[in-house]
Amino acid sequence: MTGLLPGLVYIFLFPGFVFLVMYALFFEFIDRKITARMQNRVGPPFVQPFADFIKMLGKEVIDVEGVDRKVFDAAPVVALAAVMTAFLYIPVFMSSPFGFQGDLILVLYLLTIPTVILFLLGWMSRNIFSSIGGIRVITQMFIYEVPFFLALLTPALMAGTWSISEIVQWQQQNLWLMFLQPIGFIVALIGLQAKLERPPFDIPEAETEIVAGPWTELTGRRLALMHLVKDVSLVTGSALVAALFLGGPVLPWVITPFWLGMIAGFGLFVVKTLAVLLVLSSIKVATGRIRIDQLNTIGWKYIASAALFQVAIVLIINYRWVSP
Amino acid sequence: MPEVTVPIGPHHPALKEPVNFKVIADGEKIVRLELDLSYSHRGIEKAAEQRDFIRVLPLLERVCGICSHSHSTVFVKGIEEIMQVEIPPRAQYIRTIIAELERMHSHLLWLGVAAHEIGFNTLFMWTWRDRELVQDTLEEMSGNRVHYGMNEVGGVRCDLAPHQVSAALERLPFLEERIHQYTDMVNDQQTMLLRFKGVGKLSREEVLNYGAVGPTARASGVDYDVRRDDPYLAYADVPWNVVTDTNGDVYGRTCVRIGELHESVNIVRYCLENIPEGPVRINAPKIAPDGEIMSRYEAPRGELVHFIRTNGTNKVERIDIRTPTLANWTSVAMCLVNKNLADIPVIVAAIDPCLSCTSRITLINTPGGKPGIITFDELRKRRQISDKGRGLP
Repeated sequence: MTGLLPGLVYIFLFPGFVFLVMYALFFEFIDRKITARMQNRVGPPFVQPFADFIKMLGKEVIDVEGVDRKVFDAAPVVALAAVMTAFLYIPVFMSSPFGFQGDLILVLYLLTIPTVILFLLGWMSRNIFSSIGGIRVITQMFIYEVPFFLALLTPALMAGTWSISEIVQWQQQNLWLMFLQPIGFIVALIGLQAKLERPPFDIPEAETEIVAGPWTELTGRRLALMHLVKDVSLVTGSALVAALFLGGPVLPWVITPFWLGMIAGFGLFVVKTLAVLLVLSSIKVATGRIRIDQLNTIGWKYIASAALFQVAIVLIINYRWVSP
Repeated sequence: MPEVTVPIGPHHPALKEPVNFKVIADGEKIVRLELDLSYSHRGIEKAAEQRDFIRVLPLLERVCGICSHSHSTVFVKGIEEIMQVEIPPRAQYIRTIIAELERMHSHLLWLGVAAHEIGFNTLFMWTWRDRELVQDTLEEMSGNRVHYGMNEVGGVRCDLAPHQVSAALERLPFLEERIHQYTDMVNDQQTMLLRFKGVGKLSREEVLNYGAVGPTARASGVDYDVRRDDPYLAYADVPWNVVTDTNGDVYGRTCVRIGELHESVNIVRYCLENIPEGPVRINAPKIAPDGEIMSRYEAPRGELVHFIRTNGTNKVERIDIRTPTLANWTSVAMCLVNKNLADIPVIVAAIDPCLSCTSRITLINTPGGKPGIITFDELRKRRQISDKGRGLP
C-alpha cells in the first residue's frame, strides 16, 4: 500500500477510525449480550451501545471544583488516540502497512497509556473514591503488566521477529502459537482481562466498594470517550491476542484473487476476535471480584512465574532446535 | 499513605439502605469506624399505639419489606397469648408455611446480594430468578408478593385451596435442585471462597459477648434457634434441624443460610402434605386484658422480639420492636476493624442488614455539627416555630 490516499483511508476509514469505533461499539453489544444471556437476562438491543454513546456525548459536562478543566478534557482524548494508534499496527485483513520491526513493543506501550490516564483522572478528581480507585489502577497495573508483557513477547522470541505482521506470517508457515505456547496464551488472556479491568479484576472500579473508582467524577463526553476507550481497548487487545496466538487474519494457504483473500482475512479477523471476546466474557460471568492483596499474591506468585516459565521453555527450544 | 476518611452511605451503591459509615482507612486497611444509624425514623411504634388490633397489623407488616410476615406473626402471637385464645391448628400450619416461604425468599435474596457485593453478578441474577418461584407461590396463596396480609388476631385471613397446595408442592422439587446447585457453587466457586473464607470472623465467645442472633450466631457455633428452643406455630410438630456451622466467617454464614433453605423446603413440604382440616380462624375478643408479653420469633435474619403491653382496651399501650439487625450491628462494627476496605460491603451484607426496620431514634445534625438526640418536646417547639413562620395557627 503506497501513496497518501490509501494510507489516509487506512487510518481514518477502514480499518482505522470509523470502522474501529463502530466495531468497538458492536463489541460492547456482543459482550453485554453474551453476559446477559449467560445470566439469564434478555440483554440490550443492538443499537444500545451506539445510543448510549451518542446520548452521553450530548450530556452536560460537570466540572469538579478546583480541577484543571483542560487537562480533564484532554485526558480521555489522549487515551483514545493512543489505543486507536495501537490498532493501526495490528493486522486486520492483511499485514499492517505501517508495520515495522519493533511495532509489538510500540503497541504494548500505547496500550498502557489508557491505564495511566485512568490513574491520572482518578488522582485529579479530588474525590476520595476516585483517589482510592486511581491508586488501585496503578497498583493493579504493576501486578499484571509484567506477566502480560512477558506472555506477549514469547511469540516474538519464538518467531525471531519484533513485528506483529511477521509473527503472523511465521504462524502461517508453522503452527498457531496458541498450541506451541499454551501457558503464554492463558497468561495473555488473564493479563488482558486485568488490563481491561473486567471481573475478576474490576478492582479499581469496584461498584460496591468505591462507587465507580476513577470514573466517579467523569461526566458527559468525558465519560463517553472513556467508555469508548475501554471498548476500543477491548477490540485492540482481542485483535492483538488473535494476531499473536491465533494466527491472525491469514489462512495457511494462498487465496487468489487478492481481494478474495482480503475478505477471507477480514472474516477470520472477526471470527477470531469474537472468539477471544467469548472467552473474556465467560471469565467475566463466571467470577466475582478478588481483592487487591489477593491479586498481588496471585499475580506475582503464579501468573508471573507461569509467564517466566513460558519464556524459559521458548528460550530452551530456540537454543536446542531453532538456532544452529 | 496518610489516613483518609471514606464516607460509605447514606447514599452508596453498596448499601441500598440509609446508614452512614465513616471509615477511617490507612491505604486499604480500616483503622476505625464511626457508625451513624437511623436516617429513616418512621415513628412506627407510636403509630402502632394509635390503632386497634385489626388496623395495627397492616402497619406492623410494613415495618419490613422482606420479613413482613415475621412482624405480624410475632405480634398476633403475643396478643393471642395475652387474650389466652388458642388458634385452630390449620391456621398454625398456614402461618408456618408462609413463614418458611418468607425465609426462603429472604435467604435467596440475601445470597444474591452477597454475591453482588463481591461483584459476582451471575449468582445474583440466578438466585433472584429462582426467588420468583417462591414469590409466585406466595402470591397464589395470599394474593400479594411482599405484604401477604395473612395474619389476623385469631387465625389467618384466608384458607388454602387444594389446587394451591398442589401447585406449591409442584414447585418444590425444582427449587430444591436449584438450592443444591447453589450449595455446590458456594463450595466450589474460587472467587467466592477467596472473598468469603476467613472474612469477618467471629468466635463463639465474641458472638455471645456482642449478642448476635440468627444465622450470624449460628455460623459461629451458637446452637440457638427460637423455633426449636421456644416453639411456636407448628414447629414442634414438624421434623427439622437447626443448622449450625463452626467457620464463623462470611462463608459460614452462607453455609448456614443455604442449609436453612434446605430445611425450609422440607418444612414447607411437610406442612403442605400434613395440613390438618378445620377452620382457619376463630372469633377473637376485640379487647385484650391488662398484660405484658415478650413475644419472640425466628425471623430470617435472627431473633425478632416484640415487647407488648396492653391495658384492657383494643389498642396496645406500648409496643417495642427489637429487630435482629440491631442485635447484630455491634458484631459488624467490631469485626471490621483492621480489615481490608474491600471487605466492608461483604461483611456488612453478611448479617443481612435491614436498617430501616431498625431505626427507633433520629439523630439530627445540630448547628455545632455534632450528632445528638432530639427530645419530643424540642421537636414540638421547633414545629411551633416553623408553623408560626409560615403563618399557621
